[in-house]
Amino acid sequence: MLVLYLQNSALDSRVIAWANYDGTGSSRPMTGDSDEPPYSTGVHALRDGWRLFQASTLQQHSHGDEFRTGYLKYEFFFEQLVHTDE
Amino acid sequence: MSNAELLSTLDMARFAGQGFLRLDAVVPEALNQQFLDDIGHVSENEIGSAIEHYGRIMSRSAIPVVGAGTPLTDAYPPDSALTRILELPKVAGAIESLVGGDCVLDHHFLHITFPPHLLEKPAPAQHNHQDSTVDPRQAFDVQIMYFPHAVTENMGGTRFIPGTHLRVVSEAAIARYQNVLGQQRIVCPAGTLLFVHHGIWHGGGANRSDRMRYMFKMRLAPQRPQQRLWDTSDLDTQTPQRPIFWLSESVREDDVATHLTRNLPWHEQDTGRLEHLNAIRFWRYLTGDEKFDADYWLTRVENEPQ
Repeated sequence: MLVLYLQNSALDSRVIAWANYDGTGSSRPMTGDSDEPPYSTGVHALRDGWRLFQASTLQQHSHGDEFRTGYLKYEFFFEQLVHTDE
Repeated sequence: MSNAELLSTLDMARFAGQGFLRLDAVVPEALNQQFLDDIGHVSENEIGSAIEHYGRIMSRSAIPVVGAGTPLTDAYPPDSALTRILELPKVAGAIESLVGGDCVLDHHFLHITFPPHLLEKPAPAQHNHQDSTVDPRQAFDVQIMYFPHAVTENMGGTRFIPGTHLRVVSEAAIARYQNVLGQQRIVCPAGTLLFVHHGIWHGGGANRSDRMRYMFKMRLAPQRPQQRLWDTSDLDTQTPQRPIFWLSESVREDDVATHLTRNLPWHEQDTGRLEHLNAIRFWRYLTGDEKFDADYWLTRVENEPQ
């Protein structure tokens, strides 16, 4: 699994945060393990064989809460199926 | 705290924009050693397991058990290493500038990150989180992280993300953000203090060295509005708005407005601008100046001609 957080809602915008989860167990990604994003944009992940299966939706700002910031907004989930020996 | 060396206006503006203040090697080596003696540090060779060492420190350490909300000035014995550290002019000045000399101790804790050989299996890095719970206040607590020995890169010093302090999130709900552009890790000489706004996103790193890593954390809460507590002799309240977008020269680095409107690597295109607005509002709180603005960000959205 690859999760990319982008600079805006466009898939070709720049990666600002990321996470990896390896279901094969061959690697153990963890928090803070890299300072360089795996791809510069979401589209670059597509070109490398990752399949996008979820993108965050755009939410209307609720009245009175327009300026509050919290969680990263532009979250894209990718998957890649690989063969293992098991 | 009469010998306190208060922060300058630019120091405070930098803190308002990025949520941290780092004082490298501010604690003299003799005091670091006194602290390590006070907590009952022993060589890694004398430790059988992490649980054994934590148990020994919890039972024998000179770190007092202190009730939440105790005035900081009453929290530690007079000649203890912690009292002497808190009385260092730069440390006292930072505390007084950020939360006031009459602040109280919320809690303290000695974090020990053990090397792999003292654990049954290597511990992963701690997830990113914001301490405590959802906290939408304008007032803020400060957490002091004290590193009594040198922290090398493989010791997994505290990781934090500058500029995240004004985001309202719920503790470990941000754990899925494994890596964020612009994240920093503490690699520092002995006696370094990191002051952070309570909202800063952070987490402990994985210790891959053969030594223990200590970090003593104190959370301090203000008892008065945090307005103009620093050395305000250089605070300029008369500066007119500077030109924006169409400029004849690059912006000055040593400028309050620059610190409050700095674009950080992890900023989203749109909410990065909201970060500017929120930092400007934070500066209004710190200065008590409800008309303050930087680069017209708030004036624009507050303009409702009657």
